[in-house]
Amino acid sequence: MTGTPKISIRALRKSFGSKSVLQGLDLDIEEGTSLVIIGGSGTGKSVLLKCVLGLIPPDSGEILIDGVNILKLSSFERARRTREIGMLFQGSALFDSYNVWENVAFRLIHGEGKGRGAAREKAVECLAKVGLAADVGDLQPSELSGGMQKRVALARAIAADPKVLFFDEPTTGLDPITADVINRLIIERVKALGATAISITHDMGSARRIADHIAMIFDGRIIWRGRADEVGASGNPYVDQFVNGRAEGPIKMALRAD
Amino acid sequence: MNPFAAIGRGTFALLAEIGAMSLFALRGTFSWASGPFYAREFFSAALRIGFNSLPVVGLTAIFTGAALALNIYDGSLRFNAETFLPQILSVSIVRELGPGFAALMVAGRSSSGMAAELGAMRVSDQIDAMSTLAVDPFKYLISPRILATTIMMPFIVLVADLIGILGGWMVAVFALDFEGATYIRNIDQFLTAEDVGSGLIKAGVFGFLIAVMGCYHGYKSRGGAQGVGAATRSAVVASAVAILASNYVMTSLFVDF
Repeated sequence: MTGTPKISIRALRKSFGSKSVLQGLDLDIEEGTSLVIIGGSGTGKSVLLKCVLGLIPPDSGEILIDGVNILKLSSFERARRTREIGMLFQGSALFDSYNVWENVAFRLIHGEGKGRGAAREKAVECLAKVGLAADVGDLQPSELSGGMQKRVALARAIAADPKVLFFDEPTTGLDPITADVINRLIIERVKALGATAISITHDMGSARRIADHIAMIFDGRIIWRGRADEVGASGNPYVDQFVNGRAEGPIKMALRAD
Repeated sequence: MNPFAAIGRGTFALLAEIGAMSLFALRGTFSWASGPFYAREFFSAALRIGFNSLPVVGLTAIFTGAALALNIYDGSLRFNAETFLPQILSVSIVRELGPGFAALMVAGRSSSGMAAELGAMRVSDQIDAMSTLAVDPFKYLISPRILATTIMMPFIVLVADLIGILGGWMVAVFALDFEGATYIRNIDQFLTAEDVGSGLIKAGVFGFLIAVMGCYHGYKSRGGAQGVGAATRSAVVASAVAILASNYVMTSLFVDF
């Protein structure tokens, strides 16, 4: 693959108090590919995505989108660049004060000033793309199951046709069948948009299905990266331990959250 | 443990918190200026904070006015000044007790409400989600609440003033044998626009403080249900302290002409 990567991360560092989460992380994502980042809980996967989205300011390092370091831009310019990223949050993060279609249309109505009528049409269209009927639009998020909420959140993330999509633990907490439905929808929607995708997960089944490439994060750095079909034969003891889910190995699980 | 170090750390932490709050208040107050202004959010906040507070504020005011009438009567009787009851009562209410009690009630109701609502949105990632949907949470969530509370508070206090005076009037007329019409006429001749106006200015400032404390603690809350509970508590305590402290400062400015 030639040309500048869609997103490049260089020597990214972030600490919270005395705890350093990202310790000089480097990562490139080529345009139109799907990268899955695997790693244990608390290894900085979510923090990484939030840094790229501009939700958390990193301590040092560079984040380049289309070759431009967004950390050097004014907050207005940065917001304009990160706006093309759609995000599916782990807990779906639907607005509980709005019904389903208003959630899906939230960006169109409030971010882009579209009329409610047109926005609703687009919302129903997006709901159909994730396999939900139009009448679901009138329900409240609290009336939906976890899997349905994930679908609505996916519809909301794709409503503005983003060029980049982030998925934070898309299948965590779902039964295997629903998880497979979500995996399939993610693959389908990313392909339809021609989007670049970054997902973080510790569900290896999901990682193998939706990834072109897999990268493993450990101790705030990327310690291995390769094609999705190579992950089983990486020759890296850390990756092997994680992929096979063994308690014994080089990775010692911290028992405390801090 | 060095006690001086502890005092220093505490002082720095307090100053840092005040600094962070001030920046938050500044951004929250003016973020709408660069557009868009979310009018729907503003009016819904104004309705929730203003109109829906009226029952509880009215109840507080009527009992305050009634009790105050008894106390003033009892006290002023000792130097045969009980005929000044209407004047003393009305000036106490419009300058001090109307704004004070109304603000404390709204702080209990709305500051905690904002902290809980924004706190729940924060811990369930809804505020981050809003940012990723190209909507600035300061413009959408914070500014409408700060503006609505600041603008609505003087109206709430005006109602509290009227109901408080009515409470005093009822006690004076039905229990203390005052003549109703004379009582009103005395207040009308005595009260100045400055008396009422200073109370309404206080009300605006109180409204601003209530909203800033509620939004700040909610927006910054961390760590699940416990964090939201802590945010709610901090919001109420901080706005009550801010109301009482700023009340003293403003009173000293107003009476010193």
